[in-house]
Amino acid sequence: MTGQDAALDAPWVTVVWNDPVNLMSYVTYVFQRVFGYAKPKAEKLMLDVHHKGKAVVSAGTREAMERDAETLHGYGLWATVSHES
Amino acid sequence: MSRNDDWLSGGGEESTEIAACFRPAPGGAAAFFEQAQAGVIRSLVSQIAELVSADSTAADTGIESGDIEAQLGLSSHAKLPDDPVLARLLPDGYSDDPDASAEFRRYTEETLRSGKIASAQAVLSSLPPGGGQVRLSEPECQEWLKALNDVRLALSVRLGITDDSQELPERLSADDAHAAYVWVYQWLAYLQDSLIEALS
Repeated sequence: MTGQDAALDAPWVTVVWNDPVNLMSYVTYVFQRVFGYAKPKAEKLMLDVHHKGKAVVSAGTREAMERDAETLHGYGLWATVSHES
Repeated sequence: MSRNDDWLSGGGEESTEIAACFRPAPGGAAAFFEQAQAGVIRSLVSQIAELVSADSTAADTGIESGDIEAQLGLSSHAKLPDDPVLARLLPDGYSDDPDASAEFRRYTEETLRSGKIASAQAVLSSLPPGGGQVRLSEPECQEWLKALNDVRLALSVRLGITDDSQELPERLSADDAHAAYVWVYQWLAYLQDSLIEALS
């Protein structure tokens, strides 16, 4: 298991919700910039948000997820923290 | 989410000429703005800055008042703002836990407000009122992206854009009073998209 897979097993997650305003190109760009994701991964997450209404974009400690949500709010994305098993 | 790949195609050459857009430039991006375009952007980002600073804890009480929360950069706000535009700009941090959301807001809202004001100010200081050639550094590009996005979020609330399936042109014909704002909303999407493209 890679470090990233281990992080995805952590109980706290940041969820980004779909909205009709944020541009698809912008959401992809923000995921790349905030999380350092490669463009294909950022695009896949963006499309998940777009088609499924929401997507888990990061996982880790509660504090880290709150920081991620705060950063995403700074970019105008609609992000929430939740506890998922 | 919104696509931005079909707006200009309907407008033909004329639209392309009147719509300012960003191009890559060494160290950032550049664009040319007519005076009217600069005026529209400056006015809208100023309104965001005013709205976001209007009922901020820091603006209300200030450090002079000795308010401990203001000194620590904490917000006294625990609930989603009543104003729907503010509610969109300063969203809840938890979708299913009001207590956690209130606590999150207490610790993050003032920083979020300050960031939005800083982005608006970055646009105002780099875009002359008379328009002209604008050359942005990479950090300035980030502030512009955020500020343009905040303006679009605010306009979307005022225009009643609530889901992906809505077609803007239909509403435009139904309400001429909104037509100019619909045009601005779409132009800003195009501008923002061009800035992302310039940075890629």
